[in-house]
Amino acid sequence: MQRRHFLHHSLAAAAVLPLAAGSVRLMAASPGTPRVLIVFLRGAYDAASLLVPLGSSFYYEQRPNIAIARPGSTADAAIPLNAEWGLNPALIDTMLPLFERKELAFVPFAGTDDTSRSHFETQDSIELGQPLGAGARNFQSGFMNRLAQVLGARDAIAFTDQLPLTFRGAVQVPNLALNNLSKPSFDARQSQLIAGMYQGSALSGVVQEGFAVRDEVVREINGGGMGGSADMKGEMLAASRNAITAKGFEGEARRIARLMRERYHLGFVDVGGWDTHVGQGAGTGYLANRLAELGKGLAAYADEMGLAWSDSSVVVISEFGRTFKENGNRGTDHGHGSVYWVLGGAVRGGRVAGEQLPVSAANLFQNRDYPVLNEYRAMLGGLFARLYGLSASQLRQVFDGVVARDIGLV
Amino acid sequence: MMKRRSVLAGAGLGLTVPAWLPGCASGPPLMPAGHSAKPVSNELALLNRVTWGVDGAAVREFNRLSRRDYLQAQLHPAADAPLPASVQAQIDALGWRKQTMQAWVVEMEQRRRDNDAIASDDAKKAAQQAYQQDMNRLARDAATRTLLLALYSPNQLQEQLTWFWFNHFNVHQYKRDLRAMVGDYEGALRTHALGRFRDLLIASATHAAMIRYLDNEQNAANRINENYAREVMELHTLGVDGGYSQKDVQELARVLTGLGLNFSDKTPNLKPAQQALYVRRGATEFNPARHDMGDKQVLGERVAGRGWDEIIEQLTRLARQPATARHISGQLAVYFVADQPPPALVDRMSRAYLASDGDIAETLQAMFDAPEFTPALGHKFKDPLHYTVSAVRLAYDGKPIVNAAPMLGWLNRMGQGLYNRQTPDGYPLDEAAWASSGQMGTRFEIARSIGSGSAGLFRADVPNASDLPAFPQLSNALYHDYLAGTLSERTQTALAGATSATEWNVILLSSPEFMFR
Repeated sequence: MQRRHFLHHSLAAAAVLPLAAGSVRLMAASPGTPRVLIVFLRGAYDAASLLVPLGSSFYYEQRPNIAIARPGSTADAAIPLNAEWGLNPALIDTMLPLFERKELAFVPFAGTDDTSRSHFETQDSIELGQPLGAGARNFQSGFMNRLAQVLGARDAIAFTDQLPLTFRGAVQVPNLALNNLSKPSFDARQSQLIAGMYQGSALSGVVQEGFAVRDEVVREINGGGMGGSADMKGEMLAASRNAITAKGFEGEARRIARLMRERYHLGFVDVGGWDTHVGQGAGTGYLANRLAELGKGLAAYADEMGLAWSDSSVVVISEFGRTFKENGNRGTDHGHGSVYWVLGGAVRGGRVAGEQLPVSAANLFQNRDYPVLNEYRAMLGGLFARLYGLSASQLRQVFDGVVARDIGLV
Repeated sequence: MMKRRSVLAGAGLGLTVPAWLPGCASGPPLMPAGHSAKPVSNELALLNRVTWGVDGAAVREFNRLSRRDYLQAQLHPAADAPLPASVQAQIDALGWRKQTMQAWVVEMEQRRRDNDAIASDDAKKAAQQAYQQDMNRLARDAATRTLLLALYSPNQLQEQLTWFWFNHFNVHQYKRDLRAMVGDYEGALRTHALGRFRDLLIASATHAAMIRYLDNEQNAANRINENYAREVMELHTLGVDGGYSQKDVQELARVLTGLGLNFSDKTPNLKPAQQALYVRRGATEFNPARHDMGDKQVLGERVAGRGWDEIIEQLTRLARQPATARHISGQLAVYFVADQPPPALVDRMSRAYLASDGDIAETLQAMFDAPEFTPALGHKFKDPLHYTVSAVRLAYDGKPIVNAAPMLGWLNRMGQGLYNRQTPDGYPLDEAAWASSGQMGTRFEIARSIGSGSAGLFRADVPNASDLPAFPQLSNALYHDYLAGTLSERTQTALAGATSATEWNVILLSSPEFMFR
């Protein structure tokens, strides 16, 4: 049986290790340490509308209403990246400059070998990062938590309302959503009153950590961070002027960047709204707007990181790709292979990386989708090994049973 | 057997607390694990387990009866137990109640098809949006009824079990048109919540919501879909370690072929020999033309192909398996007793289950009577639903809210929205899933919302409504008579530090004592 069964697993779950016994530790991120942010696009974004297979006439045959036009043909045509691939024009001001600075690479034909085409099944299995078909899944062991363990159990955070599966596990990881950050509900006195009630109890650690992280976040967002040079503080104050008012994902991404720059090494955030079964648009329209917002956020993240960008990597993933052929509603349905994005100051970008095949009818998976040639565990394993200098046994701890494939992303 | 106590002898402080429930027996006082509260009164703790959270009505009812009679009344509730009139009126006024599930499904499906035919993308999107809003409304109405019943039904145990069984036989509202079905499905489970497990299983198996959610409508002879067959063994009955094989799943899937849905008023064309085997129960249909009439081998026994009766017979067989008794008893014990229930308790419950042919009331009676039960009181971390409902019950003690929308919002923020678990395993029942630092922080913010004012609960869900006068009165008689004595010194100190009535409320609702039941 290889099905989820939460209780079954949770009964056997190991005790959670606090970050540090009885106290909350918020270490400033030291310079030169790699910072990794995983951005999960929940809902399976249409990768063929991001990275356009310009060289494939098959693409234009299969998508008469939603293909991104050939470069130069219209105002909202694709922007050529190389002979084979083009970029959605919604990203011309945000991701194209990063690509040209060689700080952004795309990995097509990326994803998981899970073929359920179920959002939940596949999101769960990616977040857990356990081998497929190897018995019951352990819902108390996500791959980012295992990575945090390997890295010494510190400085990890999820910028989400719930602790995502990927951060469940032996290390206690805080979570805090920054999308609608309001001023804290409790002042210091009130926080102390509440935390005081939990002193000596098993929940004391998480309660203290919750308040501490919130305070820390507000302080960083307001530019009053304790770490960093005077220059950096000035920069923070200067940058905070517009960031507080920035809307949507851009504002969120700036807040995340400040925290990643000053406090954390390993982060996770998710962005929804990608399940485009109907009227997804082409060079303009619904999906282009979503991509534009995402691109703005990622560019803002790079900008806000400042000098720390040189040590930063951002990996954008999604549970699967969508059908290659458009459906009857000018949209796309659940597919298989996706395109992952890898960006950062140290990324070997400006290219389309990883294993590839010509985009043609013959090369579709099950006659309908992009195949997966760059399996996510192997690819992320290769990236982490390179970034952190992980040993084979450490890598096994993160992604059991995987042969890491370093496709030269950093 | 049990001796009466009026003195709580905990924490070495020798505090004397009024015997708050005269005539009731109790075991030794308790020290809740994981936090340093003073011993809680067993009766109070028992009420917090049996109900969605203690309130004045529960205390009065408990005081009127003996412990045994109170539990008997909860285990065998009257079907027509009256609700407060204004609550019943609110439920009756819900738009979802104006027609049957079948009528809603047919109406909404027609709208969906009409929308699909709209040529202009913009008009189509607008029509689809309106459709989605109305679908959301149907599910929200059903969820509103659930919350009103949780808050005000005298049948508190039945309401807790109704949620438990929905979660056990979970379906997700956002699959296809399930939002038009979840309220009816929940009602079918409520009817059998304290009855026989077999009836619950069959009610679930033959309900449109489950048939659609786990794809059995696509399961036909030679076109097998195993989804439901697998989950019914793994999640609903035997449990993942229940001793069945992949082959059993495949064979049970064959048994289940032909169990599907038909929302039209037409009957499929059948050969004369098949007509006698055709079954129709509302939208649920058994179509013999889609059924695999061959022999099957399920759990080591030959099953002759017969149709509907064969399905009912195999579900009944599953319900009677010792593995099912253990699995169901274990789940009930996790929900009502502890994240890791004592094996001896689960054994007792399993025996009661098997001896009573899966009678849930008998199984729970065995749980209440077990020596392992009382020591576990007060240690169970409240999930978001228990937290929210218990807070509102205490804060307004019987004064009915007029708008459940804020509560639905809090539940969604805390990640336990009604009908909103996507996967068939249901929401987790243990503390680890609900007590991350961010989740505790969110819980404190919700404590603040509940404690600081009426929070929209007393503003009717109609345009331009104004707030009815209401204030969360947590420092009430219930608190002073019963709760105050159960609080730890740390909590009392924090409460003493409050600078206003609302802050006092927020601290009480944020206290460790209020996080456990």
